[in-house]
Amino acid sequence: MSTHADAAHNNPVTSAEQHVEGHAEAVHEEGQAHGSMRSYLTGFLLSVVLTAIPFWLVMTGTLSTQLTAVIVVGMAVVQIVVHMVFFLHMDPRSEEGWNIMALGFTLIVVVIVLSGSLWVMYHLNSNMMPDMEMSQLLQ
Amino acid sequence: MPETSPLIQAIFGRLTFESIPLHEPILIGTFAVVALGGMALLYLLYRYRLWGYLWREWFTTVDHKKIGIMYMVLGIIMLLRGFADAIMMRIQQSIAFNGSEGYLNAHHYDQIFTAHGVIMIFFVAMPLVTGLMNYIVPLQIGARDVSFPFLNNFSFWMTAGGAVVVMMSLFIGEFAQTGWLAYPPLSGISYSPGVGVDYYIWALQVAGVGTTLSGINLLVTIVKMRAPGMTMMKMPVFTWTSLCTNVLIVATFPVLTAVLVLLSLDRYVGTNFFTNDLGGNPMMYVNLIWIWGHPEVYILILPAFGIFSEVVSTFSGKRLFGYTSMVYATVVITILSYLVWLHHFFTMGSGASVNSFFGITTMIISIPTGAKIFNWLFTMYRGRIRFELPMMWTVAFMLTFVIGGMTGVLLAVPPADFVLHNSLFLVAHFHNVIIGGVLFGLFAGINYWWPKAFGFKLDTFWGTLSFWFWVVGFWVAFTPLYVLGLMGVTRRLRTFEDPSLQIWFIIAGIGAFIIALGIATFIIQMAVSIWRREALREHTGDPWNGRTLEWATSSPPPVYNFAFTPVIHDNDAWSDMKKRGYKRPLEGFRAIHMPSNTGTGVFLSALSVACAFGLIWYMWWLAALSFLGIITVAIAHTFNYQRDFYIPANEVVRTEDARSQLMNGGR
Repeated sequence: MSTHADAAHNNPVTSAEQHVEGHAEAVHEEGQAHGSMRSYLTGFLLSVVLTAIPFWLVMTGTLSTQLTAVIVVGMAVVQIVVHMVFFLHMDPRSEEGWNIMALGFTLIVVVIVLSGSLWVMYHLNSNMMPDMEMSQLLQ
Repeated sequence: MPETSPLIQAIFGRLTFESIPLHEPILIGTFAVVALGGMALLYLLYRYRLWGYLWREWFTTVDHKKIGIMYMVLGIIMLLRGFADAIMMRIQQSIAFNGSEGYLNAHHYDQIFTAHGVIMIFFVAMPLVTGLMNYIVPLQIGARDVSFPFLNNFSFWMTAGGAVVVMMSLFIGEFAQTGWLAYPPLSGISYSPGVGVDYYIWALQVAGVGTTLSGINLLVTIVKMRAPGMTMMKMPVFTWTSLCTNVLIVATFPVLTAVLVLLSLDRYVGTNFFTNDLGGNPMMYVNLIWIWGHPEVYILILPAFGIFSEVVSTFSGKRLFGYTSMVYATVVITILSYLVWLHHFFTMGSGASVNSFFGITTMIISIPTGAKIFNWLFTMYRGRIRFELPMMWTVAFMLTFVIGGMTGVLLAVPPADFVLHNSLFLVAHFHNVIIGGVLFGLFAGINYWWPKAFGFKLDTFWGTLSFWFWVVGFWVAFTPLYVLGLMGVTRRLRTFEDPSLQIWFIIAGIGAFIIALGIATFIIQMAVSIWRREALREHTGDPWNGRTLEWATSSPPPVYNFAFTPVIHDNDAWSDMKKRGYKRPLEGFRAIHMPSNTGTGVFLSALSVACAFGLIWYMWWLAALSFLGIITVAIAHTFNYQRDFYIPANEVVRTEDARSQLMNGGR
């Protein structure tokens, strides 16, 4: 931090924007990678494979429907991680750990929202519509 | 309805002459007043040639301070509208007895209670809170502006655009008659075929863009632009609460946007997300909108808690008691606010296990809040308390908010909620916490930071009057509602059968009039202060013996806030600097790099309002054209390379010298 302060004072132009840039540069030095050809290609290949497998499973119908669905969702989650690591250059240290904290917070909120809604609506259905099964509803 | 030709319909959509509410004398009267007032204002602006000044210095500004002030102006103007709705409801409810229908028909009354809620939350509380954060946060962290100055201007204009859409509904067409959260199926196309719900949806969507972007902006500002040395645990508490509020905004407003998109799909293209049949489920809307709605109340109250923390420690002349616990309490509230949303619909029928879970989490959230109250009390304990206006508001808050909190815990007990749900008890409870918490906090903040923004204090005589009118008015207006709620009177009723209830509504109406005096005296307070500004002026920039960094610079601060970025060594940075015998730097100034003004935000917002208007009235050509316009202007803006300029060093020297002279002359 002190180095940044010195830089700000030595620099003839200190400004709101430069202030930010200064931080951003500092972060870059601390190891937020910009990615190389190699990492982009790895990411691209992984994404292609992770997309091709679900397509193949669905088109050929090798596995049971339920298992296929589980695998498709699983591959999607892995794909999200691949994108974050190889394209968004996220790792636990990038942006002084703010990235991973924001990600953790987002995950907590998404889990709360999804699982909470499912839980609430499931109980609601079984309490308020005991005679109606979902299959009946869909007919 | 008479037959209209397809051409007319293609041009005007649903808009016909019948859409203008000529049959409502109240609305026509309002329109006449607004139109005359507006014309008078336009004439004055023209007469004194203020257009250019307003456009150059205010509308296009990217200065966080001026944008903050514009937010406050918007909030105060909309407060008048929201309060007009409130007092109309109070009058209606106190006369609609013994077979009297009152003076408002059902169609009009239902719009009023909907508009009151929507306006007070989205266009009063939100702009006022955002305005204070915008003004104060960059100063408290020693920054020159927010991270994205243009985005800040754009955010303001989108919020203002949303307010314009709501105000249009007053004179063209109608507003929603659904209550402030527009639950389906009532808000679905089959039960609300008119334009009211569409006005509601698009006003919130336009304003929501502004709120989300300003949330991102302030979040990045706090994370990235703190002065060197200001670690997270050295940030002022107001900045901490602002950080948490903006985290909440960024995480929850997209939920609101998504829910409203689903509702619009139901209304516009006939999907069945929230309909009663074809697999739709209106309860899902209630579930989703409260996932946004509950954090929203913490979005409003957390900055108020921050204001009280600053005020208590300043006016007790002490460091805040339990800074660390205050920060953790704020963070815990932030997380817990995501785990309580179901307490808004215990009666929906999710059953005992679900209700108990959410009842318990709701009760738990009162623990960190209670810890805060004790922190403030312990800060006051053995402090040298100065009962200036901000401190008076803070004490009134503590007394009022504790009662509101306790009735909240009462409502958190599911069996009690089954009795009190949707009653006036609930209405009294949330007004108790929102007025007693958010609004009192905003008044404390306005009185506290006004001298920073304008260089002179607010008049204390009118301020004290306003304070007492508000506090007394609040209790006279809402205690009767608690009583009525316990007797089982439900909310949003237009007429009443039981004459024994009338006296309570009359008392509540009197309370509303006392609050009206509170608002009037508040406005007089500002006017008188501006009038007597020379007598109230102060030159030090630090009128209250403040503790945080915003008091280190002049009042009003120069465009660039700080000539040199301060270096922070301790909590309460300015207090620490004063203790160490801080001397203002008087030489060595350099040119300062600043962002330039731009009108793009105004254009984008105007086009968004046009787009919303087109969508509301089914004028598809207008919607399509203005949407295209939005895209074009946004892309064109990326080619604007004149985004920054330098304030020359000698101008900085002149500004700082002028301040030195004032400070010496002031002594």
